[in-house]
Amino acid sequence: MLILECPYCGVKAEETELAAGGEAHLKRYGPGSSDDEFHDYLFMRENPKGVHFERWRHANGCGKWFHAARCTMTLEVFGTYTAQTSVPTQEILDKIAAKRPGWTWREFADGKK
Amino acid sequence: MKRYSVFAVAREALRYHTGWERAWRSPEPKRHYDVVIVGAGGHGLATAYYLGKNFGITNVAIIEKGWLGGGNTGRNTTIIRSNYLQDPSAAIYEKARSLYETMSQDLNYNVMFSPRGVIMLAQTEHEIRGYKRTAHANQQQGVQTEWISPERVKEIVPIINLHGPRYPVLGGLYQERGGTARHDAVAWGYARACSDMGMDIIQKCEVTGVRTENGRTVGVDTTKGPIDCDKIGMIVAGNASVLSEMAGFRLPMESVALQAMVSEPIKPCMDVVVMANTVHGYMSQSDKGEMVIGGGTDGFNNYTQRGSFHHIEETVRALVETFPMVSRLKMLRQWGGIVDVTGDRSPIISKTPVQNCFINCGWGTGGFKSIPGSGWAMAELMATGHSPLTEEFSINRFKEGKFIDESVAAGVAH
Repeated sequence: MLILECPYCGVKAEETELAAGGEAHLKRYGPGSSDDEFHDYLFMRENPKGVHFERWRHANGCGKWFHAARCTMTLEVFGTYTAQTSVPTQEILDKIAAKRPGWTWREFADGKK
Repeated sequence: MKRYSVFAVAREALRYHTGWERAWRSPEPKRHYDVVIVGAGGHGLATAYYLGKNFGITNVAIIEKGWLGGGNTGRNTTIIRSNYLQDPSAAIYEKARSLYETMSQDLNYNVMFSPRGVIMLAQTEHEIRGYKRTAHANQQQGVQTEWISPERVKEIVPIINLHGPRYPVLGGLYQERGGTARHDAVAWGYARACSDMGMDIIQKCEVTGVRTENGRTVGVDTTKGPIDCDKIGMIVAGNASVLSEMAGFRLPMESVALQAMVSEPIKPCMDVVVMANTVHGYMSQSDKGEMVIGGGTDGFNNYTQRGSFHHIEETVRALVETFPMVSRLKMLRQWGGIVDVTGDRSPIISKTPVQNCFINCGWGTGGFKSIPGSGWAMAELMATGHSPLTEEFSINRFKEGKFIDESVAAGVAH
């Protein structure tokens, strides 16, 4: 069973207490953006076999949104962090890098690979 | 290939069954094939089969990282139906259902297709309206379904509780020609026929890279060495995003776990498939007597082929209120599979940004029922570059806003 610690109220919440909110750190596009940008924002998703960043809501708890970093291959949770950031915090990136040497964030989506 | 028949059984009975051949060969890969299919599940094998049967393309390799039919093909609840609202879905699922009817004869392999009927229960006013609309649409599409009353539901399914604690049964959408089939046999039957046509099924061989030159595909790298090919078909369900990334393009897709379970075997009690989408559970009885039960997907990405425990509880709760007798049953096995879900919950059968690279994925929770139709259409697309059945399922439909919105039509898993 998936257990995430809510970074706001500190409760170790299990899955039924939480609501999944999909991929985190999507860059929003609006009027004036190109069709491709809008298409990617709406439909294209990171679907990695490995490290993944997600939005979660502590629905049956404090009710607040937060971020979580998980591994989709092992179900390991690297940690949770505040929703008030548009990129993963350095602290969480360091934690992941310690466990997954050589890993970099969104290398494919951003055209780095 | 020696054909299976009553005479073959009699002949082998007289010589201690020493004359049976292996159903398919397990060769080492050649250096070059005309077509490489990645993924030896039902859809991949069906594609290879129809490439050979309909288009005479037999220099084909089907590469599988695990074992044949060991992914979602062997993990589903074997339901076959085609009662879809949208025309493109109804067309391809009805094609599949009609091919299932003659599959055993076609493949000379008993896939145990049992057109026992499928009922989708309506348990809210919205569902009544939705299913009546679907029944009307199906009439236009030439798919035989009907709206039936609660009394008729009870007649067909005597063990059902019409007056459940949360939701009463208000009627149902009934497709009499829907049913079930033995899912492993579908994969095995196709594999045997493909092998007989001279195709190579290469198991325990993982694709580690897709090679492209000037925007067109030239081959794949595998754990058994590089293989050159003219065309690639990627048919790997939950791992589609991983493979597409190797080829250099992204997919509008997420992979999540879907679970199913079977009970201990009991005497025949239900000769129809029942789906209860409001409380969210579905059940049928296998030929062995086990109640085959399926439920909903998890809400988060996952590649582990394990799902969340609370979904099992929700599914069982749904079934106990619909079929009270289930409460006394012990569950024997429970498992999960990784389903690939697209933005509009409909599949992608399409050309890709990489030339000569084709993809068939996104069947989500409804892949098994579509295997022959999907294979038929994918083979046509790969061989001729065009298939009327796949036109609407292009990868470009998201950009064009031409969704096939079954998720709105079906509400839940479909």
